[in-house]
Amino acid sequence: MYNQNVNHLDELENKTIFLVREAYARFRNIALLWSMGKDSTALLWIARKAFFGKIPFPVIHIDTGYKFREIYDFRNTYSKKWGIDVIISKNSTALKNKFSSKDGKFNCCNALKTEALKITLKKYGFRALLLAIRRDEHGIRAKERYFSPRDIHFNWNYQDQPAELWDFYKIRAANNEHLRIHPMLHWTELSIWKYIRREKIPTVRLYFSRGEKRYRSIGCQCCCEPVFSSANTINKIIKELETTKDAERNGRAQDKENAYNMQRLRSLGYM
Amino acid sequence: MEKKTVHLVMIGHIDHGKSTLIGRLLLNTNSLPDGRLDEIKKISRENNKATELSFLVDQLKEERLQNRTIETTQINFKTERRNYVLIDVPGHAEFIKNMLTGASMADAAVLIIDAHQGIKEQTRRHAYLIKLLGIQKVMVVLNKMDLTHYKKERFETLKAELLEFFKKLGLTFSFIIPVSAKEDQNITCRSKRMRWYKGPAFLQALDRIKTVRETRKKPLRFCIQDVFRVNKENLAMGKVLSGNIRTGQDVTVMPSGKRTRVSFIKVFNRSKKSAQAGENIGIKLHDPSAIARGQIITGANNQLLPVYNFKASVFWICRKTLRLNKPFFLRFAAQEVKCTAERIEKRINSVTLKALKGSTGKLMKNEAAIVVFRTRGPLVIENFSFIEELGRFVIEHKNSLCGVGIVNDPKLKYNTRITKIFRK
Repeated sequence: MYNQNVNHLDELENKTIFLVREAYARFRNIALLWSMGKDSTALLWIARKAFFGKIPFPVIHIDTGYKFREIYDFRNTYSKKWGIDVIISKNSTALKNKFSSKDGKFNCCNALKTEALKITLKKYGFRALLLAIRRDEHGIRAKERYFSPRDIHFNWNYQDQPAELWDFYKIRAANNEHLRIHPMLHWTELSIWKYIRREKIPTVRLYFSRGEKRYRSIGCQCCCEPVFSSANTINKIIKELETTKDAERNGRAQDKENAYNMQRLRSLGYM
Repeated sequence: MEKKTVHLVMIGHIDHGKSTLIGRLLLNTNSLPDGRLDEIKKISRENNKATELSFLVDQLKEERLQNRTIETTQINFKTERRNYVLIDVPGHAEFIKNMLTGASMADAAVLIIDAHQGIKEQTRRHAYLIKLLGIQKVMVVLNKMDLTHYKKERFETLKAELLEFFKKLGLTFSFIIPVSAKEDQNITCRSKRMRWYKGPAFLQALDRIKTVRETRKKPLRFCIQDVFRVNKENLAMGKVLSGNIRTGQDVTVMPSGKRTRVSFIKVFNRSKKSAQAGENIGIKLHDPSAIARGQIITGANNQLLPVYNFKASVFWICRKTLRLNKPFFLRFAAQEVKCTAERIEKRINSVTLKALKGSTGKLMKNEAAIVVFRTRGPLVIENFSFIEELGRFVIEHKNSLCGVGIVNDPKLKYNTRITKIFRK
């Protein structure tokens, strides 16, 4: 709730700390999804703060095999530096068969991300996953709850979500169910960058312009397009975002194929 | 310094124009990304419709096909003065739980009424629920003034009706503004079609709403969310619900009443001298034995008596009926306890606000009542009007949320006073 005198970023951070701790308090068998993008890195950072420096659960990287070199380097550097227990999640069968975005972007995301996650979840038996999605990224993500149940097939029953009042979340999962927990739902692209600046959180180089283009949203090489921008520092990125009229995920192919692609992907368990 | 952010829930009867007003606000404040409007126009055409501004928030395929909001959503916009988070909620009775989900996050509410149709079923229910959730800042918008030819008479008649309705509810509104979201009248600047209206336009009025909470000036209440081991020491992790807490302070752990002292306060990898309402911290107690999730830490001289029964206003949202002496779960902050309803009084219909006759031994979906609960274990609670976070609760059955409640029990005040005298 709004409170005068409290810095806005502190307010956002406090809410996220509360959510991360609530998730861990209720589900000890939990993991955090880290894509090395700015949002999940900010979530990882806040989780470190929430647990006084050492995250008490593993972190999953869903590796499609098509990520940028810089992303892998970033993962290796900071997982070591921050003492993070990383689980690499892969759909090896699909990768062995050379599955790629040429098989259709929808099918590719579904096979290499959602299916890979299913395999990992089954192997480790996680009951809850922390994900850094935000409402302002996409209209379908804006319909999410902080604590959102998924059935054994990963289906999201978006037409009948549990009520979520005040700080009372769905803190029990039925058998075969797992919970998607979204502690960054209330952040915006701009507030994330302001937070990264304030906390001096390291970020992947790809976000910064090396001439005339930079990436605003990162993922697989084949499905990310850079945007025209000369912003090569955090300050310049913030300035750019304060005036831009372009949508953040304009460069992300999977959002676009048709109007309801994201809804279809997410109802099947996509992040 | 960041601009202040206000969470605003848009409530009202189905089809009175909530989503359209949101679309209008996003357009007028220049908050839409490039191409977004063209996208909406295209999808509207594909659905054989004129441009549907509501599609900006109604993103689910089912919502667009059925032409109604199903799920709550949030969207940002800003004025010169500050940032807003608009919370859109469904107006349909079927989706009350989604409406409550959205509304519980709001600092203020905008009640939208179709000027042509006037007060309807969900107008009343939403206003009632806003009152129940403790949202005191309310603005009324009379939309679709174009359909009433921008007539002053219609505005005055409705205003009189609303004043009476709000009085009955015990609620007040800060502004009542005639607008047409569709025709863009009285949204950003004063409408030339309604020169008889002397008040501010919608966005001007919005910027004047003040939402300040005085949680810091209240006595200390800290809720233990979890116990976490760091460097072989047990830390109580949790949130300061009200007041502030200091290193070295003498405190009481409730409900046991055990007295101890704060050894230090920890945030990330450093210690802190004090923390205030809203902060999530870790604290080391001098005697950390038997600390657990759900306990409430108070100042040493501000001890409350735990209760085993209390009175509250309850709104019931699930199909399973609340019956006397049948077990349910109560959640208060991080406290969880089994309970039964001992008495159900003043059962009312949440639409007509009229007393329901017949059996008072039960409470059904979409009904409200005053309920006296008896709990199996001790609870540390407050009146909602004093400390919100210990005065609001949910009722669950088999992991699903069945009802929401607000504590309003005169006995609680008395309780605190007795304790103080007793302590002396």
